[in-house]
Amino acid sequence: MTAKISITVTVNGTAQAADVEPRLLLADFLRENLDLTGTHVGCEHGICGACTVLMNGDSVRSCLTFAVQADGAEVETVESLGSIDELGPLQQAFREKHALQCGFCTPGMLMTATDMLRKYPLETDDDIRDGLSGNICRCTGYQNIVAAVRSAADKRDGK
Amino acid sequence: MKPAPFDYVRASSVEEAVAALAASNGDAKVLAGGQSLVPMLNFRVVDAPLFVDINGIEGLDLIEEKEDGGLRIGALTRHFALETSVSVRDRFPVLHEAMKHVAHLAIRNRGTIGGSLSHADPAAELPMMAVLLDAKIVAAGPDGEREIPAGDFFTAPLTTVLAPDEIVVAVDLPGLPAVTGWGFEEFAQRRGDFAVAGVAALVTREGGTVTNTRIALMGLHDTPVRARSAEAAFGESGIEAAAVAARQDADPMNDLHGSADYRRHLAEALTRRVLTAALERAAQ
Repeated sequence: MTAKISITVTVNGTAQAADVEPRLLLADFLRENLDLTGTHVGCEHGICGACTVLMNGDSVRSCLTFAVQADGAEVETVESLGSIDELGPLQQAFREKHALQCGFCTPGMLMTATDMLRKYPLETDDDIRDGLSGNICRCTGYQNIVAAVRSAADKRDGK
Repeated sequence: MKPAPFDYVRASSVEEAVAALAASNGDAKVLAGGQSLVPMLNFRVVDAPLFVDINGIEGLDLIEEKEDGGLRIGALTRHFALETSVSVRDRFPVLHEAMKHVAHLAIRNRGTIGGSLSHADPAAELPMMAVLLDAKIVAAGPDGEREIPAGDFFTAPLTTVLAPDEIVVAVDLPGLPAVTGWGFEEFAQRRGDFAVAGVAALVTREGGTVTNTRIALMGLHDTPVRARSAEAAFGESGIEAAAVAARQDADPMNDLHGSADYRRHLAEALTRRVLTAALERAAQ
């Protein structure tokens, strides 16, 4: 047995302390330890993007990050974007543009788009496609996802 | 939990990291950005009793301008920082262009240059850029630091000359001569995915004469390599001869993404394109 390590991670504004095995992935910490099952795990090797969360403001694959590496960090998950009764602006745009079918990829799409909307001008739809290229949707819903991020970017820019 | 159990040490200095590696008798591994390592851990194709996390070491995340027109890039510099660095864009536009092809946003936020070089994927952009740009890779071990020319660093797929108790701490890129044009082309299924093949070139002109040409290949050999016969053919007979010669410099493998023949075709086609672009840029 390996020694457990004490960590404190601020998740969606709340400090969460736990003793974890070093091999515990951040995705599993969020889902299993904190019951934040909005973060989905798909491929678990960094290809699909479903598990994307923000760590200290940057989008990261939570399946390629160990929980011990998030010690002291601020993590934002899809649960931070809004609630069922009150969707956030990006979630609202996804709803209006029908940017999801089965919804499995959606949390990762939303967190990647959140990072993109904070960091990039997103002047063209190609910029949006490039930013989303690390997230896979198997319902072939890309057109509407691009349209939703476009709509959110326009709202952000007061257009 | 996907990976096998391991112990974990967070190093706060290079000395501490090297000491932890040395104490493990070569069994411990370094954890930097983790974007190639953790997938292999999740698949359990790699395991180690101890991982030494170097993300907390201060001073390894930097891009420093040198007087010779070059740059020193710290090993923990993330791909996103390289991609958006004004110093990189101004001094090494070929590297700036290559960074646009490195993985996807969330990977670029975590992946590091030291990690990419140490991982030594023969189809990755940064190892090929190190070879093209004559980088000196600075590694720290129990006996201090040593500089390794990029051309000697990569020995086989996923294999370098680094000892088990050495870590990359910085990459030095020497400045380029004033009138140097560049070209970079890679072919991938989608931008950001693993490249099937890629070629980059630098062409230096002095007074209308080409005085130096460097061509490097990725995904076309078991390590990133300079295309020496294409470089020679370019000097003697021009772009077409160089493109054909690049086929001989390539020694590609068959895999899921392309046959060896197809990759040789890419070596020729992409060499033609990058030399054309580099020559044009050197004329401006």
